[in-house]
Amino acid sequence: MKALVSIKRVVDYNVKVRVKSDGTGVETANVKMSMNPFDEIAVEEALRLREAGTVTEVVAVSCGPLACQETLRTALALGADRAILVQTDEELQPLAVSKLLKAVADKEAPQIFIVGKQAIDDDSNQTGQMLAALTGWSQATFASKLKIADGKAEVTREVDGGLATIRISLPAIITTDLRLNEPRYVTLPNIMKAKKKPLDTLTPEALGVDVKPRLKTLKVVEPSKRKAGAKVADAAALVDKLRNEAKVI
Amino acid sequence: MALLVIAEHDGAGIKQATLCTVAAAAKIGGEIHVLVAGHNAAGAAQAATRIAGVSKVLHADAPQLGEFLAENVAALIVGLAKSYSHVLAPATSNGKDVMPRAAALLDSQQISEIVSVESPDTFVRPIYAGNALATVQSSDAIKVITVRTTGFDAVSAEGGSAVIESVVAPADSGLSTFVGREVSKSERPELTSARIVVSGGRGMGSGEAFKLLEPLADKLGAAMGASRAAVDAGYVPNDWQVGQTGKIVAPDLYIAIGISGAIQHLAGMKDSKVIVAINKDEEAPIFQVADYGLVGDLFQLVPQVVEELNK
Ligand SMILES: Cc1cc2nc3c(=O)[nH]c(=O)nc-3n(C[C@H](O)[C@H](O)[C@H](O)COP(=O)(O)OP(=O)(O)OC[C@H]3O[C@@H](n4cnc5c(N)ncnc54)[C@H](O)[C@@H]3O)c2cc1C
Ligand SMILES: Nc1ncnc2c1ncn2[C@@H]1O[C@H](COP(=O)(O)O)[C@@H](O)[C@H]1O
Repeated sequence: MKALVSIKRVVDYNVKVRVKSDGTGVETANVKMSMNPFDEIAVEEALRLREAGTVTEVVAVSCGPLACQETLRTALALGADRAILVQTDEELQPLAVSKLLKAVADKEAPQIFIVGKQAIDDDSNQTGQMLAALTGWSQATFASKLKIADGKAEVTREVDGGLATIRISLPAIITTDLRLNEPRYVTLPNIMKAKKKPLDTLTPEALGVDVKPRLKTLKVVEPSKRKAGAKVADAAALVDKLRNEAKVI
Repeated sequence: MALLVIAEHDGAGIKQATLCTVAAAAKIGGEIHVLVAGHNAAGAAQAATRIAGVSKVLHADAPQLGEFLAENVAALIVGLAKSYSHVLAPATSNGKDVMPRAAALLDSQQISEIVSVESPDTFVRPIYAGNALATVQSSDAIKVITVRTTGFDAVSAEGGSAVIESVVAPADSGLSTFVGREVSKSERPELTSARIVVSGGRGMGSGEAFKLLEPLADKLGAAMGASRAAVDAGYVPNDWQVGQTGKIVAPDLYIAIGISGAIQHLAGMKDSKVIVAINKDEEAPIFQVADYGLVGDLFQLVPQVVEELNK
């Protein structure tokens, strides 16, 4: 069976983002960009399924500007077999992304589509669920364990009260949580190999998808900063402050 | 137009998160209806009728709704949504699972985790781990919204007198079946609604060491939380994780013990009223947000704090 994985190019999680002074967004020029961490987990899971013989081909898909090619090359260096870029300079919101991914899924007919649970830039946590809705496939979000057998996927999900396990029919959309696996690192020889792997480009127009944003960002501001308080000398001083100054206990 | 709030409940009663979501709906304005979807959840439906400001409770009772499987619940919501201007759910794991599925079927771009309502079509939501706040305006006919509960003070669970209307659930999708649940049992208050939270990080060094925090949490009547590192290391269950990709909390008092204060952790607790940090590294970033910092070895300091509290 074929596995698709979606890859978003985002500001690296180590970067402390700065809000632009004109309030239109955050500064993304000249900051380090990386694969969304949850998508690294998605790639890793697909590779492990291939290594286990469950999956025969792993295809990485990204939607966005030309620079996403670089992120897709990382996916190829990690071990994906080929990559697809849906290229556009338009601002993409999760509904539009899910429509693009649906169009790619229609062409590729995977049995499993692994999506990150959340992009660490927009923090939307929507795309996988929306893709499941549009394809009409089953969904298992926030996966921390995945087993595929007998044409079904058994997925353990991280939920508010602990863990919940469901069994879903294939094809299915899985979204990754942090504990699903520990992604491998890219090695230099694999980076070289990745250069030769196929990377195709499509466009929203060619896929017949209207990607116009539905949400208009009116402004982006920095949240009010917390003031650092004071260090206290010892446990007695702390308890005194909590009782008599902050009055929270 | 009316607004529909999807209730978070346990069958017998309504969760606090629902009350915060009703508060967000009230800020938008309009008649508020609450959907209680579940199986044998008449108690929750009854409880929902008493929520202040709610005029109608839609009660869908069916076996296929029992475990809140996304396929079945989203289909139910989509069937009802056409009569509403807004559909809101708390940003719980259920809400996050179901609402985008419903939104896509309604061709609506969901607005995730709003923390404030500017007008019926304009909302504020944090992005980049809360390092920026975006004000966004929706052009969709039906606005699908998840609510960050820490952004809204809960409405009263009592005082309302809504009517109950039964609604029929769509048939089971057949796509998904529930296998089982591993619930992390606790007598402590729920992490997201507790007044005091005691959290441990990698500095705890082991799951065993978290026992050290129990007398402190007991004494304060606190919920317990953790950093991602502590969860990843297997010290404590996954649902203790506080942060950008875990739970968002804003208690009156948050005590971070052996936690360095990475932005992903701060994203989940920096709106707490008072923050205390205990860390042996005086340069740890957590001290930049802590109202009271105690520098030193947690294995010595935590028992001392408990001793002081007992005085
Ligand atoms: C995609 C993504 C999502 C993430 N989501 C989250 C999230 O939701 N929540 C979250 O918490 N993190 C999250 N993280 C992880 C985050 O970046 C940090 O790695 C994590 O918060 C660190 O946890 P920590 O502070 O416990 O560990 P560390 O950073 O290792 O800090 C341990 C601290 O303990 C102190 N210490 C050690 N021993 C003692 C002692 N004996 N006495 C006193 N102090 C001691 C040390 O000085 C140190 O400051 C995420 C990361 C990524 C990439
Ligand atoms: N532009 C994109 N291209 C490819 N995948 C994306 C894109 N945006 C979001 N995704 C996928 O959807 C996941 C969740 O993103 P979000 O719904 O925006 O939080 C990400 O981890 C990616 O796997």
